[in-house]
Order: sequence, then structure tokens, then C-alpha cells
Amino acid sequence: MNKLTRARISVEALLGQIQSGERGGTCVFLGTVRNDGDVTAIDYSAYDEMAREEIVRLIDEAQARWPAAKIIVQHRLGVVPVGEASVAIVAAAPHRDEAFTVCRHMIEEIKKRLPIWKKEIHADGTSTWVDPSGKQIAGGLRDS
Amino acid sequence: MAEITVRFFARYAELTGCQATSVEVPESATISELLERVRETVPGARDLPPRPLAALNLRQVKLDARVSDGDEVALLPPLSGG
Repeated sequence: MNKLTRARISVEALLGQIQSGERGGTCVFLGTVRNDGDVTAIDYSAYDEMAREEIVRLIDEAQARWPAAKIIVQHRLGVVPVGEASVAIVAAAPHRDEAFTVCRHMIEEIKKRLPIWKKEIHADGTSTWVDPSGKQIAGGLRDS
Repeated sequence: MAEITVRFFARYAELTGCQATSVEVPESATISELLERVRETVPGARDLPPRPLAALNLRQVKLDARVSDGDEVALLPPLSGG
């Protein structure tokens, strides 16, 4: 269910776990590896123990805020080729407004809080770490 | 003294050439103080940014958080999941 995985994400399997007669709206968000420049794949790595705990915390927080919603998160690790999904969020709720809201909330929090890193793999075999801050230094600057 | 496991990930693991090390600091030292010790003792750690993201026992914390014997501190490059 909620997990880090090295296998391809099966949206059908996720939907099967979350759809029900009580939840009339289901939103699926898939983050897909994009063919930016000569990128052929992204190698995802994680602080596994913390990422697993953080996924649970994120879902617990969201379910405290939207008690009728049900949420599943999966994030790929390892090499994910262009065109394949790296992250999937499925949020189901009694009505569509809540399903859209929860799904959007979850991807934004995942990007802010999951200790996961991307290394872009280029067509010539070289690779580069992705730094979302855009700074040319060896790490982040914020401490909160 | 407190013995702290310090873990490095992604680019920081490449900078230091290791994924984990053990560092001794005075009990109740802050993570900033631990970082200074790491810079002094771990090869390559001088190139870590001045204020990296840090996690204490699997939770993100500010650099003024205090450590205890047996804690695990992780230094996290800018997060880029999704």
C-alpha cells in the first residue's frame, strides 16, 4: 500500500485498494520522469527509514484534517526511465472537491518533506544531482 | 560525552566518501556544534554547506536541536522527491 518501491507503480492496484461505495470522488496524481534535455532516466535514492515514517506522518496529518478521505502514496526508488511514474498519490473522498484538495496537498507536502533525492542520468552516461534550490553549492541552505 | 551516528545521503555521501560515521560531542551539544565536529573529523565534510538540512532520529529539526548519546543525525541535501 503506502510504500517506497523499486517496482513499476500499478495505478489499477492502488485504485483497487481505495475505491469504495462511500467515496464518490477519486483523484490520481502521477509524477512522471520528463525528457528534459538529454535526460534518459532519474535515479532516486532515499533515507529509507525516515521516508517511510514521513509518509505515515503525512497521511496521518491529512486524515486528521480530512477524516473522510483515504490516501495512498507510493514513491519509486532506483532508476526510473523517462515516461514512467516516479510517484503516485491516490486520494478518495465522499465528494470530488475534497479528493482534489487532498491529492494536491499530498504532492506538495511530499516534495517538501520526503528525504528523497534525484540524480539525472544523461544520454552520454554522465549523471548530475538535481538541486531544486538551483544553487551551485553542495547542498541546502535552509534549516527548517 | 555523547556518541552520535551521523549519516550522509546523496551528494553529501559523495562529498564525504561515506554513508555513516560515529562522532563524539559533549552531551546536549547542538546539531550546529556536531556539524563543526563533523567538519573537523570527516574528510570532505568541509565542503558541506554552512547550514544543511538535518534530521534527528528520523525527523527534520533545526540546527539548534540538541543531541543525546545514541542519537542518529542525518545531513540531508535539498530534498527533490516527486
